[in-house]
Amino acid sequence: MMSQSLVTMCYIIATILFILSLSGLSHQETARRGNYFGMLGMAIAIIATTFSGAVNNYVILVMALLIGGAIGTKAALKVQMTQMPELVAIMHSLVGMAAVLVGYANFMDSTSTISGVEKTIHEVEIYIGIFIGAVTFSGSVIAFGKLSEKISGKPMLLPARHWLNLGLLIATFFLCKMFLGQAETGGGTLPLLLMTVIALAFGVHMVMAIGGADMPVVVSMLNSYSGWAAAATGFMLSNDLLIVTGALVGSSGAILSYIMCRAMNRHFLSVIGGGFGTASGGDAAVVEGEVHPIDAEETAQLLLSAKSIMIIPGYGMAVAQAQHTVNEITKFLRDKNKKVGFGIHPVAGRMPGHMNVLLAEAKVPYDIVYEMDEINEDWDKVDVSIVIGANDIVNPSALDDPNSPIAGMPVLECWKGDTTIVMKRSMASGYAGVGNPLFVKDNTRMLFGDANKMLQEVLKALKG
Amino acid sequence: MKIGVPKEIHPGEKRVATTPEAAEQLIKLGFEVSIESGAGDSADISDEAYKKVGVKIVKDAKTLWEKSDIVIKVRAPEEHPKLGHEAGLLPKGGNLISFIWPAQNEGLMKQLATQNVTVLAMDSVPRISRAQKIDALSSMANIAGYRAIVEAAQHFGRFFTGQITAAGKIPPAKVLVIGAGVAGLAAIGTAKSMGAIVRSFDTRPEVKEQIESMDAEFLMLDFKEDGSGTGGYAKTMSKEFIEAEMALFAQQALEVDIIVTTALIPGKPAPKLITEAMVKSMKPGSVIVDLAAEQGGNCELTEKDKVVVKHGVTLIGYTNLPSRLANQSSQLYATNIRHLLTDLTPEKNGVINVNMEDEVIRGTTVIKEGKITWPPPPPTLTVAPAAKAETAAVLKVEKKSILPEPVKQYLPLILSGLALYGIGSVAPTAFMSHFTVFVLACFIGYQVIWSVSASLHTPLMSVTNAISGIIVIGALVQISTPGFFITILAGLAILIASINIAGGFLVTRRMLEMFRK
Repeated sequence: MMSQSLVTMCYIIATILFILSLSGLSHQETARRGNYFGMLGMAIAIIATTFSGAVNNYVILVMALLIGGAIGTKAALKVQMTQMPELVAIMHSLVGMAAVLVGYANFMDSTSTISGVEKTIHEVEIYIGIFIGAVTFSGSVIAFGKLSEKISGKPMLLPARHWLNLGLLIATFFLCKMFLGQAETGGGTLPLLLMTVIALAFGVHMVMAIGGADMPVVVSMLNSYSGWAAAATGFMLSNDLLIVTGALVGSSGAILSYIMCRAMNRHFLSVIGGGFGTASGGDAAVVEGEVHPIDAEETAQLLLSAKSIMIIPGYGMAVAQAQHTVNEITKFLRDKNKKVGFGIHPVAGRMPGHMNVLLAEAKVPYDIVYEMDEINEDWDKVDVSIVIGANDIVNPSALDDPNSPIAGMPVLECWKGDTTIVMKRSMASGYAGVGNPLFVKDNTRMLFGDANKMLQEVLKALKG
Repeated sequence: MKIGVPKEIHPGEKRVATTPEAAEQLIKLGFEVSIESGAGDSADISDEAYKKVGVKIVKDAKTLWEKSDIVIKVRAPEEHPKLGHEAGLLPKGGNLISFIWPAQNEGLMKQLATQNVTVLAMDSVPRISRAQKIDALSSMANIAGYRAIVEAAQHFGRFFTGQITAAGKIPPAKVLVIGAGVAGLAAIGTAKSMGAIVRSFDTRPEVKEQIESMDAEFLMLDFKEDGSGTGGYAKTMSKEFIEAEMALFAQQALEVDIIVTTALIPGKPAPKLITEAMVKSMKPGSVIVDLAAEQGGNCELTEKDKVVVKHGVTLIGYTNLPSRLANQSSQLYATNIRHLLTDLTPEKNGVINVNMEDEVIRGTTVIKEGKITWPPPPPTLTVAPAAKAETAAVLKVEKKSILPEPVKQYLPLILSGLALYGIGSVAPTAFMSHFTVFVLACFIGYQVIWSVSASLHTPLMSVTNAISGIIVIGALVQISTPGFFITILAGLAILIASINIAGGFLVTRRMLEMFRK
């Protein structure tokens, strides 16, 4: 058995290890070490708690740990890199779920001796912890559904949805008051259950209203919530380790959400308010003009005659699982002494850093993968840029059409290079009104078809 | 339908209206393609090359004309040395696609109209972006601009590029290009790539950027007048403007070695920009290439289709520059025609549909079934939408600011201050110590996370995911609390949280393993 001071000391060490773990992620070189710090911290925290004297029910404990660990290990080893957003979303929901369960367990625990203001505060903490946990849980489940396309990615907009949200919030406050009143006398289960239901509905409604393009924000926002849920649990249990860790995770997610919102030039509240992806604002200028289609062979010719090539991957690359073919093309071109780079927009894909992970999986060296700010001034030096399954992040109307729904969002200005090849699944060729003026620019060529298939043809043409 | 391609009969014309590549595409569109034997010879395309892609070779021009539903040509129909006028060879109700120049060739137009045929003129393609692929004038002008510099180099006695050699210093040639249309820009690009110093002048101020994008110097005229006419062409300028312009040219003539003039105003004789006095003032050995020679020339001394030396200056007045690059220009022209025919056969069934609703086809068609439809209504340019967008932007800006700016700025601060005061006034000390830890941890998180590299955002999320599995501690301390239900809940929470911990750390490890240089 460990003394309380020793346990606290272990917690402090775990806290420090967690902080080191996150700060390790600032560079690729130190990132792996950071991850091991995290594991070590977690191990210390769990072991210290297990032997702290407060625990004696080892059978259930070990069983639960082993079963959970096995499931988690299996999921981690099996998941495909293109499915990372789904995995992350479902794991957020687990944190939320755990927070709800711990909250209820704590509520039912009648052994505590506190009273008066402290008791009230404790009850408020339980209430808030369960609320955040439930919102995180249901929101993440919906986000998971949207990401894995089990639920339509389109925003579902109920009439008067802002009022509905407000109503739910007021109901929550009302129930809180009721709960506190009844908890004085040992009751309060009903308001707590009702609140949980409302919180679940709130989470569902919030994520349902957000469109597929805003998913990076949603995922990082839920990441933040899962942290706050842990912190609230920490308050509830008066456990500083939980508070600190929760706060770290919470602020991490909040900053990621902020970065994502800034990358889309959207206000955080308007993303959460939902409805993005439907027509917003005035009539955006209709784009008219003609697309210039190109075939794989011509693409290969263009690539062979270019000196500097920039590849812009988007969600379409993930869908088509084309990252390996992209890497092979990259390798081939680099062997021919061409300068090949990747331009990554912060919101490319469905979660922050999604593209980087996919490219890393395909073994693209990370020192040729550039962020938007690193390359946006150098487009005039690029001979050929290839846009693979991306649309909004290369849309010039974000800069020059104030009525565009994405007006003001920083984009990769690939059209400033000599030639842009846009790979897209389809577009009725010919004279069509389209939403992205890039497609009809004179120096843009469209390569239609499944990204992976077309890239393989390009590779064949390059080698042949 | 049958497409026939006769051999060009104009003296010195080496181009041919289709190439094997284009013919192959036309056959794919459902057409039958025949070509007069030897039509491609001057453009270095043999009959065999055509035969290979399935084109029929017809020995005799007369049969070819008579058997074709659509005749495609380069030059406008003219008197055939043996068979009479080409227009007469065209079967009744047939179709003809070629250069026509309807404004200059009224007689031809009338003759064609009496034959009840449909004529599409490659010189009348409207200048809108959608029609660029059909715009044979542009593709030919591009070639002419290139060839103009090649011709100039031929007659110019020095290098274009400056060099410092053991045998002495060679100054770079100075080239002035007047008129920066397609031909002018092509000439600028060619001269520039040969190393010359290139200057250019145009009455349309909007081409300044294009000239500068080719790395040439735009000669500014200190005079406010816009020379842009409709359809992207130039218009006639005022007398004062022309005087200022002439003064500029006179001064440039003293300095430059080569002048390429491309100034044309649609439907008018070419403006005279280079006077005899200017030619006299040029250095001996200088060269002037007059691309406007067909329309009378931009230089007073130009002689059409000839190279003459006057006052020590070589004046090149060729009007068949594209034909002097016959293979290249045949390729581009054939592609232009192929695009036009693609637009004409939307069904891809080998039957053309001259759809007069289509702006491009309407503009190109000069005679429809015997009725003269030239000139077409002017093309509609889309300038209006841009202006509309601007006004909308202004409106949007005005709509903002429901709250005055300072209130908006400080509102969050005031609110959070009030909230903190509220908490501080009721909370017990135990809570406050936790709260201190919480706030400090938020700040540490803030500092640490900002330094995380953007490429590691996904690993960051998965590792924070794993770390937030720390909630397992909460369940651990509760699992031994008496009460069956609590044990179940806590056990479940442990199970769930440990999924998170194991899954999060391992998947992060998997991802980080992949990042490599």
